[in-house]
Amino acid sequence: MPTPDPKHTDFIHSEEFLAELQRRQFRLSVICAASFLTALLALPALNFFLPDLMATRIGGFPFTWLLLGVLFFPLVWTISWIFIQRSIALENREAENARQHAANGNRR
Amino acid sequence: MIAAVDLWIFACSFITVGATLAMGYWAAGKAKTASDFFVAGRGVSVGWNASAISGEYLSAASFMGVAGTVMSSGYDALWYPVCYACGYLFLLLFIAGPLRRFGAYTIPDFAEGRFDSPMFRKIAVIFVLFIGFFYTMPQMKGAGTTLAYVFKEISWFGATGLPYWVGVLVVGAVITLNVAIGGMKGITLVQAVQYWLKMFAISAPIFVLVALYGGYGTHLGKNGIGPAPTNAIATAQAPAEQGGTTVVRAALPAAAPDDATWINPFGRLSSKAAKAAKLSATESRPYALLYTYSLIIALVCGTAGLPHILVRFYTNPDGVAAKRTTMWVMILIGVFYLFPPVFGVLGRNLMPALYEGAGSKGTDKVVLELPRVLNGTWGSILSGITCAGAFAAFMSTFSGLLVSMTGALAHDVYGRILAPASTPAQRMQMFKWCAFGVGGLATVLGCFVEKLEINFMVGQAFAIAAASYFPLLFMSVWWRGMTMKGAATGMLAGGVCALSAVVLTNLSDLKKVDLTAFWVEHPLVRILCEQPAIWCVPLAITLMVVVSKLTRAEIPADIRMKMLVLHAPEALGLKQEYVRDQEGH
Repeated sequence: MPTPDPKHTDFIHSEEFLAELQRRQFRLSVICAASFLTALLALPALNFFLPDLMATRIGGFPFTWLLLGVLFFPLVWTISWIFIQRSIALENREAENARQHAANGNRR
Repeated sequence: MIAAVDLWIFACSFITVGATLAMGYWAAGKAKTASDFFVAGRGVSVGWNASAISGEYLSAASFMGVAGTVMSSGYDALWYPVCYACGYLFLLLFIAGPLRRFGAYTIPDFAEGRFDSPMFRKIAVIFVLFIGFFYTMPQMKGAGTTLAYVFKEISWFGATGLPYWVGVLVVGAVITLNVAIGGMKGITLVQAVQYWLKMFAISAPIFVLVALYGGYGTHLGKNGIGPAPTNAIATAQAPAEQGGTTVVRAALPAAAPDDATWINPFGRLSSKAAKAAKLSATESRPYALLYTYSLIIALVCGTAGLPHILVRFYTNPDGVAAKRTTMWVMILIGVFYLFPPVFGVLGRNLMPALYEGAGSKGTDKVVLELPRVLNGTWGSILSGITCAGAFAAFMSTFSGLLVSMTGALAHDVYGRILAPASTPAQRMQMFKWCAFGVGGLATVLGCFVEKLEINFMVGQAFAIAAASYFPLLFMSVWWRGMTMKGAATGMLAGGVCALSAVVLTNLSDLKKVDLTAFWVEHPLVRILCEQPAIWCVPLAITLMVVVSKLTRAEIPADIRMKMLVLHAPEALGLKQEYVRDQEGH
């Protein structure tokens, strides 16, 4: 592990801050990714194991065509929207947290 | 020579091309500094940038290719537009924010900055070029196909119709010139306008055709119900009433897939190798499932690794703007992608003669040709509109690619490696020379790919990006244990394997190399060559981890600072501090 840079010993240069940042950001990203990946990767499996269900007609569309050709897009938009709102809020909280530490004299 | 051209189609095409060039020249006057040239002055607003990214993203593959592949292969082709959109989401979730905070001009810049390695920059640049050329080839196919369509009735040295390669040459020359003069700033404006043109061009004809011939669901409803029409049936099938509109299917030629294969998953596209190996329908399905998953991985991870898309993140004034831009991009491209499959579906029912064509006369031109089903002036006008859209599509993507590839050569190879003491003026000059070189080569390569499907070629570009850039970016951003050797090994191994696999597939499909017997014996190998992502991406990531752990002594000393720059809010100013520290050494 590299030694801390002697010029910077305050909170915003600390391991603690970095670890928190990465952990929270990664968690948010992974949760959002998992939700759409589940849908995306489940669909071929459903097509494989339940072909008759997936071929049910709805207004002329086979069900699986309706999902893949139309309904997937609003799902992607929803997940993006949620992620963006949350990540901007997260970033603001992180910045605020850092400033609080600076105001408290960088006591850790 | 000009007399036998449809006037509406020609006029729409000519106006689009003319306007593109005019905007390019106009913006050229405004591109003064080298910075302007490379990253559009870093001051583009969310609205413009979102439209521009969307415009650049929607290439000939999206505009023409998706419809063509849906028509030729049915359900399986739907993965393309969905994964193109999902890939963007992946980019947003994992890569966009940190990369933007890091603030390099290009991906090779990031590669060098993250690992303190000019050597790594060189390796990264090689991939920009390879992926770039695989992406320019389908655009050139789009160009050749569209020009051949516009001028299909002219007489050309004794033959009828403009040859495919002439179209490629003309478009290649025009775009190369545009880029050499205007750089990227010219492109931003052009791309934004062209998104809206493409959106109009893909949707307006659909609304008209649907009103007259029946809706999306109605047409799908006619497939797979009752016996499919074949050559043996001379008259059209009896029309069915549904919601007041009559849907009449024209006879399907022998070359067309039957209804069941077309409308169901695991159809022509994913089962091709298995069918060639004479496997039964039940035996083919697991192979087709594997194919599908490999395709999904390539397209989703590949988007996150496309160099010419990533650069657009640097044209936003700040990180929050960059994220908002991405949200808009996803809406703009998502709405767009609802329409091309409808062309494919309508094309199957209304214009199945396209199944008999090959290359530039096949299903890849359904978007251009389908409005002609109306006959008369309105058919010509609508077809002219889709032609204008096609021009906008391949012109905007080709120019975007050209800028990022030329930028890599001029900024990274020349500016950083060959001649670090060069002045900005010299670099701008180099940019122009490189533009001619890259544009020229891309045009020549484009002449050879008439027989390959547009979407298929783009999928290959994505597969290479997925196996090289995606693991590099993802791992470098989130794992501090990466070393330069680990990153380079993984990227090279994944990228070269994917590249070799797709080149082999293309050479075989273009009949330059005869592997038919081999593919029949080994359908699994064929699938893994045609869609290499499922093994190349894990290979790249594994090598990155293993080699990084073996060389852990080489982790950069200021790794904590680097990771902070990638992840800390921009407001804290860590990036500026980092830059000052670097300059102090």
